[in-house]
Amino acid sequence: MDLEFTEEEKAFREEVRAFLKEKLPARLSDKVRNGQNLRKEDMEEWHAILNARGWLANHWPVEWGGTGWTVMQRAIFEEEVSKAHAPRIVPFGLSMLAPVLIKYGSEEQKKHYLPRILDGTDWWCQGYSEPGAGSDLASLKTQAVRDGDDYIVNGQKTWTTLGQYADWIFCLVRTSNEGKKQEGISFLLIDMKTPGIEVRPIKLLDGDHEVNEVFFTDVRVPVANLVGEENKGWTYAKYLLTYERTNIAGVGASIAAFEQLQQVAKTTMRNGGPLAEDPLFAARMAKVEIDLENMKTTNLRVLAAAGAGHAPTAESSMLKIRGTEIRQALTDLMRRAAGSYAQPWIHAAFEEGFNGEPVGPDWAAPVASDYFNMRKLSIFGGSNEVQREIITKSILEL
Amino acid sequence: MDFSLGEDRQMLVDSVGRYLADTFDFSAREKAIASSEGWSRAMWNGLAELGVIGAFFREDAGGYGGSPFDIGAVFGEVGRAIAVGPFLETLMAGRVLAATGRSEELAGVISGETRITFADTPMMGANGSPVAPMHAASNGDGWKLSGGKGVVGYVAGAELIVVSAQTDTGTSLFLVRGDAAGVSIRDYPLVDGGAAGELTLADTPAELLGSDGEGQALIDDATAAGLTALSWEAVAIMDVLRAQTIEYLRTRKQFGIPIGKFQALQHRMATVALEIEQARSAAINAAAALDKAPNVRDAAASAAKYTIGTVGKLTAEEAIQLHGGIGMTWELPLSHYAKRLTMIGHLLGDEDEHLSRYIALRQAAA
Ligand SMILES: Cc1cc2nc3c(=O)[nH]c(=O)nc-3n(C[C@H](O)[C@H](O)[C@H](O)COP(=O)(O)OP(=O)(O)OC[C@H]3O[C@@H](n4cnc5c(N)ncnc54)[C@H](O)[C@@H]3O)c2cc1C
Repeated sequence: MDLEFTEEEKAFREEVRAFLKEKLPARLSDKVRNGQNLRKEDMEEWHAILNARGWLANHWPVEWGGTGWTVMQRAIFEEEVSKAHAPRIVPFGLSMLAPVLIKYGSEEQKKHYLPRILDGTDWWCQGYSEPGAGSDLASLKTQAVRDGDDYIVNGQKTWTTLGQYADWIFCLVRTSNEGKKQEGISFLLIDMKTPGIEVRPIKLLDGDHEVNEVFFTDVRVPVANLVGEENKGWTYAKYLLTYERTNIAGVGASIAAFEQLQQVAKTTMRNGGPLAEDPLFAARMAKVEIDLENMKTTNLRVLAAAGAGHAPTAESSMLKIRGTEIRQALTDLMRRAAGSYAQPWIHAAFEEGFNGEPVGPDWAAPVASDYFNMRKLSIFGGSNEVQREIITKSILEL
Repeated sequence: MDFSLGEDRQMLVDSVGRYLADTFDFSAREKAIASSEGWSRAMWNGLAELGVIGAFFREDAGGYGGSPFDIGAVFGEVGRAIAVGPFLETLMAGRVLAATGRSEELAGVISGETRITFADTPMMGANGSPVAPMHAASNGDGWKLSGGKGVVGYVAGAELIVVSAQTDTGTSLFLVRGDAAGVSIRDYPLVDGGAAGELTLADTPAELLGSDGEGQALIDDATAAGLTALSWEAVAIMDVLRAQTIEYLRTRKQFGIPIGKFQALQHRMATVALEIEQARSAAINAAAALDKAPNVRDAAASAAKYTIGTVGKLTAEEAIQLHGGIGMTWELPLSHYAKRLTMIGHLLGDEDEHLSRYIALRQAAA
């Protein structure tokens, strides 16, 4: 065994760091570090910077604009980008739809949509979940009925993340009610400007608008927007979900959050001493750190196996569970570190340009909201209960 | 032994519960927390009329109850309605007034006419260290207070503020008028609804409560009552979260059956139910010890705060998780119960602080 990175990998890490130092605008990393809300333009700005360097679609095949990086390089990149507090890259077009198009889309679809994802022309959102179809996604009911060269779509999607910004939505729709429910699903690309689409905001418990309901009433979608074959959408959807779950461990995000927590624990005084020296808080921090160190290696083991051509299945379920537990634990500790000062809810402080006097520690404003918001991590991307089902069935064979 | 509330107390509970259900439903709460004050004075006055505030205090202090179980019972109803308002602050500050013979001010508090709060938490600066410690000095013509206090509940608009400060002799408590010279307040809403503020005093005239240098015993007594109250409030919230989650497990269908049929979720809920009963016992223990010797009282109060802290986190997180996406929404009252339960952890010290205090108290007693 050799747990060291190779010389090439170390050099690559330095290259990424140099790039981030030069190109990541402080305005953006400050917002991320301070837990402020990113605007659409902020995400687009970072997207464009990465694209200009050719690193945006690093996991795509080289012919479509990918980098040809090894899985290890991708992991290093992800870690460094998170540690530098770069805005997250919105995954829907780049990491969810694109792999599906590349594998199952037609040449015209690839040529049309992939460059537009890269240059930011199209903002995509994910139309999978419905009110009645969450964990049981295959029971979805939104219907697409063939009418000449169009499908006519009726139904409702929900929990559509950042759908308020989206130009396009990729949807799972029902095209057949015969046979197994998985066998009547198709994968359809829908222009959000089509008449008959209505987007309604859902306010989350932290008060923010991040998800939406999307209603479809007699929406005409050209048959040319079907990906792959009719009634084969479930296969594509599952393929997409495995992609959604790579990087699901969120190692980089956790490392960045842990570093911030360490800093906070060092400087925050509690009962006359730094919080880091409080034995109970120190124990909480040590436990998360140990979990994180263990998961980093688990993640690298899975990546190394993937690099050797072993497609991860239930391992990614394990990474999803533990990775989200660690990220949630970190937000829990930040909230605890703030003590009484986790309570104030100064919404203006979440926006760029807030120049009001901070209340309490200057990092405290978003910590409670973050903690509540991050409850989503164990719910979406296949809930952690559903992941345990996958482990039970595919590894344990129980 | 008798674990029932007793007839009179049950009547009080019923009338408070009915009043809050009628006048402070979810949409009324939404309106209140979105208002500039962050709570509803009309609700407060209605409760005062019902004698709810008087139930916090003994008859010899002008109240109508004052036993630990009266306090617990009322806070249980506060929790069930996740009512926002200066309940905790009034209980704690009022207890200090009662203990120091300020019956005139206390009468105003009990009638609802006078709004009072309790300022004991140190103010923290941007760098995470305490700033502007509150100190008091007397120069012949009375006491003057200068310094800051942090996250003082419902401080804006309070006519009276009980403030802890250091004198040359030690920790002391003072009564400050909200409109006194040198009072400045930066107020803000709270994550779980309601309001608080940063309080700064600059040479503010104040009256000493009790004896100079003997404030800590009063603070400890008020804190023990506050912790007991919060424990009862928390357990009531847990009950609501449990009931709503069980109802959801019964009605939400995935894979063709109610999700409550999945054994994985059944066991999760069984654990939550078990833990809530432990939390209820901890709250009862705290109430039973509230009138006992300080070390017994404080150990039970810390034990309760530790327990509701750990069980509260479990219950809030599981309630959201087992609801799936819908549990994350503002629209569903459940998320507000979960938020309140979580934020109770941030009041009067979290579970770690109380675990430490419990250890110290037990070691001192041994
Ligand atoms: C913030 C947020 C953003 C989202 N963004 C998107 C998006 O952009 N696009 C999109 O399509 N969807 C999105 N989702 C939806 C997400 O994928 C669903 O919430 C998720 O699939 C769970 O479905 P549900 O909410 O209907 O919960 P349910 O499926 O009803 O689950 C309720 C509870 O039951 C459990 N459960 C269900 N089945 C089983 C079982 N067989 N065994 C044991 N336990 C079980 C679940 O784990 C959960 O705890 C988002 C959700 C959230 C919260």
